[in-house]
Amino acid sequence: MLSYFLRRLILVLPVAFGVSIICFLLVQIAPGDPLTAIMPVDATAEEQAAMRAAYGLDKPLPVQYAIWIGNLVQGDMGRSIATGRPVAGEVFGAVQNSLVLAISASLIAFPIGVFLGFLAGYFRDTLLDRAVTAISITGVSVPNYWLGIVLVIIFSVQLGWLPSMGAGPGGSQEWEWNWLHIRHLVLPAITLAVVPIGIVARTVRALSGDILTMDFVQALYAKGMSRFDVLCHVARNAAATALSVMGLQLGYLLGGSILIETVFNWPGSGFLLSNAIFQRDLPLLQGTILVLALFFVAMNLIVDVAQAAIDPRIKRN
Amino acid sequence: MKTLKHSFAALAVMAGMAISQGAVAQGTLRVGMTAADIPLTTGQTDQGGEGMRFMGYTVYDSLIEWDLTSADKPSVLIPGLATEWSVDPEDQTKWTFKLREGVTFHDGSPFTAETVVWNFDKILDDASEQYDPRQSAQGKSRIPAVDTYTAIDDYTLEITTKTPDATLPYQLAWILMSSKANWEALDKDWEKVAATPSGTGPWKLETFVPRERAELVPNADYWDETRIPKLDKMVLIPLPEPNARAAALMSGQVDWIEAPAPDTIPAMEGNGFVISSNAYPHNWTWHLSRLEGSPWNDIRVRKAANLALDREGMMPLLGGLMVPAKGFLPPSSQWFGEPEFDITYDIEAAKALMQEAGYGPENHLDVKALISPSGSGQMLPLPMNEFVQQSLAEIWIDVEFVVVEWNQMINLWRAGAGDPSVEGAMSINFTYFIQDPFTGLIRHLSCDLIAPNGTNWGHYCDPEMEELFTKIRTTFDPAEQDAVLKATHEKYVDEALFLMVTHDVAPRAMSPKVQGFVQAQNWYQNFSSITME
Repeated sequence: MLSYFLRRLILVLPVAFGVSIICFLLVQIAPGDPLTAIMPVDATAEEQAAMRAAYGLDKPLPVQYAIWIGNLVQGDMGRSIATGRPVAGEVFGAVQNSLVLAISASLIAFPIGVFLGFLAGYFRDTLLDRAVTAISITGVSVPNYWLGIVLVIIFSVQLGWLPSMGAGPGGSQEWEWNWLHIRHLVLPAITLAVVPIGIVARTVRALSGDILTMDFVQALYAKGMSRFDVLCHVARNAAATALSVMGLQLGYLLGGSILIETVFNWPGSGFLLSNAIFQRDLPLLQGTILVLALFFVAMNLIVDVAQAAIDPRIKRN
Repeated sequence: MKTLKHSFAALAVMAGMAISQGAVAQGTLRVGMTAADIPLTTGQTDQGGEGMRFMGYTVYDSLIEWDLTSADKPSVLIPGLATEWSVDPEDQTKWTFKLREGVTFHDGSPFTAETVVWNFDKILDDASEQYDPRQSAQGKSRIPAVDTYTAIDDYTLEITTKTPDATLPYQLAWILMSSKANWEALDKDWEKVAATPSGTGPWKLETFVPRERAELVPNADYWDETRIPKLDKMVLIPLPEPNARAAALMSGQVDWIEAPAPDTIPAMEGNGFVISSNAYPHNWTWHLSRLEGSPWNDIRVRKAANLALDREGMMPLLGGLMVPAKGFLPPSSQWFGEPEFDITYDIEAAKALMQEAGYGPENHLDVKALISPSGSGQMLPLPMNEFVQQSLAEIWIDVEFVVVEWNQMINLWRAGAGDPSVEGAMSINFTYFIQDPFTGLIRHLSCDLIAPNGTNWGHYCDPEMEELFTKIRTTFDPAEQDAVLKATHEKYVDEALFLMVTHDVAPRAMSPKVQGFVQAQNWYQNFSSITME
């Protein structure tokens, strides 16, 4: 197990290197100019050229990459062009806020999704199954930014129960575990949870439904095992795949909540990313994408290792 | 019984505290800005007009400022940190400024001619210790005329320009004065200054949390007593998403939002919120290509297109929040003049002009137009451009849109109509800040500024117009200069040099508790008169 873990860990390095190149090049491909964020649009061509040189944007791409990666390995992610602040501080602060949101959404979505999925799988082809399937398809299909706006209209504007924006009172971005902050989390977390509820429910339904038809389940019943014990066996068999789906979902929740964070003005990585995209803030964009991509890589690693630990049938060579 | 009495006493104290807290809260205005971050706080601001509005003319002053006291008349230049200025009649490149005496920065240090020189070096002299690339990037291009600057004595400043340039006062209205003493006290580090900046303006920055909020409090020692803020505090919160801004206002998290989306306005008004708007120097046009082969070179086609637009019919699209264009400048502008060509909706006249130009039902004119789906000041570009497209189709002009994202649009605007990257587009829908002679008129059509060297996107060059621009720069009497500016605008309109569609009215939505705000016809506003009920 340890050797497997180490092997997987070593494999992460070339992946991370590849990710860094893709991150760097992707943002260069996009048309646009980072200088628009820091210069009046009507600055002269000469002034723009001087500014481009000052930020090293006139250098060939391989040179820019070498400088960027060189600084990166020394722990320096550079400075945002738009704000002049260190990228690391901006990105890690935002990722922390996104983690709060993603984990909260997961805590809502995964138990509900698993429960609904099991229910549908166990009562396959019944009215209950169809109801759960309808719920999960709705969850996956409803545009979550639209749902977010609807929830804001109901609970913030009409009822005035919950705030509609920010991560804390007065637009605060420093997360604290108290009600004043948690009430800002409720609506975005619920909105964000809707899609993974659908995905997890559908996955678990399919898995549990298939496993329940397997011969070993009949054998367990034949042995006189109680229904609950049999279900525990089914759950264990389904766990590895379900876990990998949930792990990837957590990754998506962290990086893919741009729309939700924008609707709720949640100061997370998605919000940061969307602003960086509009401003073509290359260092911030590269830093944010890199951190999110590496988080995804790390999640994959954790899920792989956890799968191997849970399911001894999974052989790792 | 004693316990009951104590309880009542405690309740009374709590009620008293609640009332006193309520009283404090009444003096705080929370503003939802459209910017994604707090504008640069060190002096020259970023984030365009909004940056200057909230972090420029609040914390800082310039030598010459805009009068923001009236909603009824166009905003004009007034003395700021300079009380008077004159140009040497013998040498029209030499200007003398008398500075306001007794003004201090928020840190207590005095404002003198030496600090002005220090501030110019901050943005113009990259060899100076205080040179700040971020502020320079924002400020340098605003004062192209400035050549040298010298402190004659504590309260007299001399500026020479590269060539005679009567638009210098307008240029100087961009340049904000930060405190040298504060910068020195903070280890000469602009990053430290960003957290505790010091200007001479009516507001002091008390709290600054990047991306989160800025809290401004009144400068009780402000030199203009009429502009000492009445509020206890103004809190600036970045809220870039229009729906999030509207929800924040309607759920009581902010008291004021900039640029509410037009479709949210009926709901806000229905809930008792107040929409404030006013004409200001902004326009929404199609900047036309004047390169050889462009169909817009034909004045009949340009006039026909201007006559084919039912601007009143466009108003419902924007919830009525627009001023139909009658020219390049808004009709209320001091430089509008009396153009002969009446920009109105006259489809028959438009068709006649098109037929005269050789077009008709059997011979349509095909044009390519650059547009963006969103962008700063672009209002609602997609539906508005579709409206224009449908209107032009009625006079046999078939418009093919080239849609590009806003940041790229800026690049294409800078590149000019002749650049291959615009893919042969013959117009660009680019909204303009048109507040002063340079940004309002000169920069769009000056031969010297043909793109990519400048912002004359369409490569227009006309000797008569060039002469007018020269006259603007060499007419030092303000009234006479205004007359030249009027004549220039009349030429803009009479020759239909742009497809002039509409002007924005800078809508802002606010809680009915906000009182005393006068929306000036300007990109910047005065927040000192505001109180909270």
